Amino acid sequence: MNVSLSFVPVWTLILATGIFLYVLLDGFDLGVGILYGLEPDLASRNIVMNAIAPIWDGNETWLVLGGLALLAAFPLAFVIIVPALYFPILVMLLALAFRGVAFEFRFRDVEHKTFWDRGFNYGSAVAAFAQGVMLGAFIQGFRVEGRHFVGTSFDFLTPFSLLTGLALVFGYGLLGAGWLILKTEGEIQQRARRSARFCLLAVLAGIAGVSIWTPLMSGAIATRWFTWPGILLLSPVPVATAAVSVWIWRLLGRESQAGPFIGAVGLFVLSYTGIAISIWPMIVPHKYTLWEAASSPSTQGFLLVGTLFLLPVILVYTGWSYWVFRGKVRADIGYH
Amino acid sequence: MELDPLLLSRFQFAWLIAWHILMPAFTVGLASYIAILEGLHFFTTKEVYFRISTFWIRIFSVAFGIGVVSGVIMPFQFGTNWSRYADATANVLAPLFAYEGLTAFFLEAAFLGVLLFGRKLVPPWAHFVAALMVAFGTLLSSFWILAANSWMQTPAGYEIVDGRFYPTDWLQVIFNPSFPYRLAHTVTGFYVTTGFVVVGVAAWLIRKGRHAAEGRIMLSMTLWLLTVLVPLQIFIGDQHGLNTLEHQPAKLAAMEGHWQTGSGIPFVLFGLPDEANATNRFSIEIPYAGSLVLTHSLNGTVRGLTDFPPDQRPPVAIPFFAFRIMIGIGSLMLLLVATSWWLRWRRRLFDSPWFLRCCMVMAPFGFVAVLAGWTTTEVGRQPWTVYGLMRTADSVSPSLSGSDVLISLLGYMLVYLIIFPSGAWVMLRIIRRGLDEPDATTSPVQGGRPSGPVAVQLQPEGERS
Ligand code: HDD
Ligand code: HEM
Ligand code: HEM
Repeated sequence: MNVSLSFVPVWTLILATGIFLYVLLDGFDLGVGILYGLEPDLASRNIVMNAIAPIWDGNETWLVLGGLALLAAFPLAFVIIVPALYFPILVMLLALAFRGVAFEFRFRDVEHKTFWDRGFNYGSAVAAFAQGVMLGAFIQGFRVEGRHFVGTSFDFLTPFSLLTGLALVFGYGLLGAGWLILKTEGEIQQRARRSARFCLLAVLAGIAGVSIWTPLMSGAIATRWFTWPGILLLSPVPVATAAVSVWIWRLLGRESQAGPFIGAVGLFVLSYTGIAISIWPMIVPHKYTLWEAASSPSTQGFLLVGTLFLLPVILVYTGWSYWVFRGKVRADIGYH
Repeated sequence: MELDPLLLSRFQFAWLIAWHILMPAFTVGLASYIAILEGLHFFTTKEVYFRISTFWIRIFSVAFGIGVVSGVIMPFQFGTNWSRYADATANVLAPLFAYEGLTAFFLEAAFLGVLLFGRKLVPPWAHFVAALMVAFGTLLSSFWILAANSWMQTPAGYEIVDGRFYPTDWLQVIFNPSFPYRLAHTVTGFYVTTGFVVVGVAAWLIRKGRHAAEGRIMLSMTLWLLTVLVPLQIFIGDQHGLNTLEHQPAKLAAMEGHWQTGSGIPFVLFGLPDEANATNRFSIEIPYAGSLVLTHSLNGTVRGLTDFPPDQRPPVAIPFFAFRIMIGIGSLMLLLVATSWWLRWRRRLFDSPWFLRCCMVMAPFGFVAVLAGWTTTEVGRQPWTVYGLMRTADSVSPSLSGSDVLISLLGYMLVYLIIFPSGAWVMLRIIRRGLDEPDATTSPVQGGRPSGPVAVQLQPEGERS
C-alpha cells in the first residue's frame, strides 16, 4: 500500500505534463490549421503548412501517450471519462484523421487539392472545438455510480461546454497565430498579427465567462477560490492573466517575433493552473481522487521503469527537432 | 428491431481494427524489406538497390501515415465502447498498450525522419541504421500489441480480485501460452503479405517493360524470400493450431466444424455448419485427416463442440469459413512459389506472361489471408473477451444506447471509406509513376513526418532565420 502511494505523485506529474504538452503542441498546430483557411493563395498556404509539417505528427503522438498513460496509471478515470465523452471523442478522432491524412494526400494527390485543403482546415477547427467541449464537460463532472459512468452520451452537451469549446478554438487560434508570427514574415505575418488580436479578445471573453460560471456551478470550487486564505493565495492567477494579456496585445503592435507566442503559452499555463487548482486532488471531478483511481502498484511500477527511460529521450529529441527547425519558413524550400 | 449497443460495438471494433491492421500488415514487412535493400546498397554500393529502396520508401511513407492515423483511433475504443472490459483488465493490459505507444513514438521520432528525408543529408551507413531501427520499431509495436491480444486469448500471470484482473507475474503476462505462436505466425504473415505485393508490382514492371531490370531483381529476390517464408508460415500455422487445441478447444472445434467428440475424426474440406442440429450439411471430408493433423496420429481423440455448453460455444460458420479462406490462400501461395522454382530451373522466370499475370493477381491475397486469420482468431474467441473469464456481453460500456453506437459506426464507416480508398489510390499512383524521381516542384511540402532535424540542414546556413 505504501508503495502505491509513492508512485501516484510521479504519475500525476507525468500525466499532467503529458496532457499539457499535448494541449500546447497540438494546440498551436491545430491553431495554424484553423488560420490556414484565411490564406488567400497557394504560395502562402504552402508556407503556412510548412510551418508545422515536420512537427505535427510528433505533437499528436502526445494524445496517444496521454490517453494510454491515463488508462495505465489511473484506469478508473479513463473508464468513466472516456465513455462519458463518447461523441466529442468521436468527432475529435474523425477530425484528426481527416486532418492527418491531408498532409500526406495534399501533394501526392494533386487533383483533390481543394478537398484535402478543406479537410485540413475544417478538421483542425472541429478537433479544437471538440477538445474544448470535452474540457467543459470534464469541469462540470459526470454522473457516476460505482465504477461507471451512468449518464447518457449526450450529457456532455450544455451551454457551458459549448462555451469552452468556442473558447478553445480561439485559444488554439491565438497559439497558432503566435507560431505563425514566429515562423513567417511579410504579409502572412501581418495577417497572423490581426488574427491574434481577434483571438486574444475572444479567448479573454471565454476565460472570463468560464471563471464566472465555474464557481456559480460548483460550491466547492467557489469555496476554494473565494474564501480566506484561498483568495489571497490564488489571486495572483487572475492578476497574472490580465497582465499577460495586456503584454501580448502590446507586443502584437510591435516588431516582436517570438513574444506573442510566448505570451500565448503563458496564458495557457495560467488557465491550466487555474483548472488544476479548481479540481485538485480529484481526477474524476466530485467523485474520485487521484489515489482512488490509481492502478495497482505493480502496474504503475512496471510501466514507470520504461517510461523513466524513454520519456526523457523523447523529450530531448523533441526539443532538438524544434531547435533544428528554428527560423523562418520559406515557400521554395521543400523537405526532401 | 431494438438496436443492440453490444452487437454494434463489436461491429465497430471489427471495422476499425480490420482497416488498421492492413497498414501494419504492409508496413512491418516493407520496413524490413527496405532495411534489406539499404543493407544491399550499403555493402555492394550498387545503384539499383538504391533506386528500388527509394521507390518503396515513398510508398511506405503513405502507408505509415494512414497506419498512424487509424492507430490513434484504436486505444480510445477501449474507453468509449469497452469501458467495463477496460476497467477489468487495465491493471494487466494497459502497460502493454502504453509500451507500444512509447516504443513506437521513440523509434519513430528518432529514426523515421532520417529514413524518409535524410538520404542526402546523412552518410549511407546512418541511413542504413535508420532503416534497421524503423524495421525494429515496427516489430516492437507488433510485439507489445500481440502480447496484449494473446493475453486475452490465453490469460496467465494474473489474479482476480473483486472481478478485476491484477498482475502477479509480468513475464507470464507477456509470454503467455499463445503469444510465441501468434507473434511468429503474424509477423511471418506480414512478411508474406508484403512479399506478394512486391512480387506483384515487380511482375507489372516487367510486363510493362519499364524499369524491367529493377523489376527482375525485385521479383527474383522476393521469390527466394517467399520460398523460405511460405512453407515456414504454413508450418507455424499448424503449430499455432495445436496450441489453440490445447488452450482454446472450443475455438478449434469451430474452426474445424467438428461437432461430436471422437477419435479418428475426418477433416472437413467443405460444408455448411448447421448450429441448430449440431452438424455440417453437404460436407466433403477426408477420413482420419482431422485427427492426423491435430494429434499427429490417425486415431487421436478431439473434443467436439457439443462437449461445451451452448453458451460457451463460438459462432461456427464465421471461423469455419474464415479459416478455410486462410488455408486456401496459403495453399495458393505455396503453389505459386513452387511454380517459381520450376520456372527458375527452366530459366523462364521473367518471360512467362501467364506467370507474371498470376503474380499480379496474387498481390492483394496476403491482406485477405491476414483478415481471414484474425477473424478466425477473434470470432473463435467468442463469447469471451478474456478467454473463459470475461464475457464480451459484460465488456461493453454501460452508458451506451444502440443509437449512440449506430451514429459513431456510421461516422467511422463514412470517414474510412473516404480515407482508405484515397490512400490506396495515392499509393497506386506512386506505383504507376514507377521508379522515376518525382518532380520536385510538385511537392514543396513533404507530408507530415518529423523530418525537422534532418531536413532543415538542407538550407544553407545563411538563408535560415
Ligand atoms: C499471409 C497470411 C497467412 C497465411 C498464408 C496463413 N495464415 Fe494463419 N493466420 C494469419 C495469417 C496467415 C494471421 C492473420 O496472422 C493470424 C491471425 C491471428 C494470428 O495469430 O495469426 C492467423 C491465424 C491462424 C490460426 C488461428 C489461431 C488462433 O488464434 O487460435 C491458425 C490455426 C492458423 N492461422 C493456421 C494457418 C495454417 C494451417 C495456414 C496454412 C495454410 C495458415 N494459417 C496460413
Ligand atoms: C491487441 C490487439 C487486439 C485486441 C486487444 C482486440 C480486442 C477485441 C475486442 C475488445 C473486441 C470486441 C469484443 C468482441 O466482439 O470480441 C474484438 C473483436 C474483434 N476483433 Fe479484436 N482485438 C485485437 C486485434 C484484432 C485484430 C488485429 C483483428 C484483425 C482484423 C481483430 C479482429 C476483431 C474482430 C473481427 C472482432 C469481432 C468479433 C465478433 O464480433 O465476434 N482484432 N477484439
Ligand atoms: C487494438 C489493437 C491496436 C491498437 C490499440 C493499436 C494502436 C496503434 C496506434 C495508437 C498507432 C499509432 C502509433 C504512433 O502514432 O506512434 C498504431 C500504429 C501501428 N500499429 Fe497498431 N494498434 C492495434 C493493433 C495493431 C496490431 C494487431 C498490430 C500488429 C500486429 C499493430 C501494429 C502497428 C504498427 C506496426 C504501427 C505503426 C504504424 C504502421 O506501421 O502502420 N497494431 N497502432
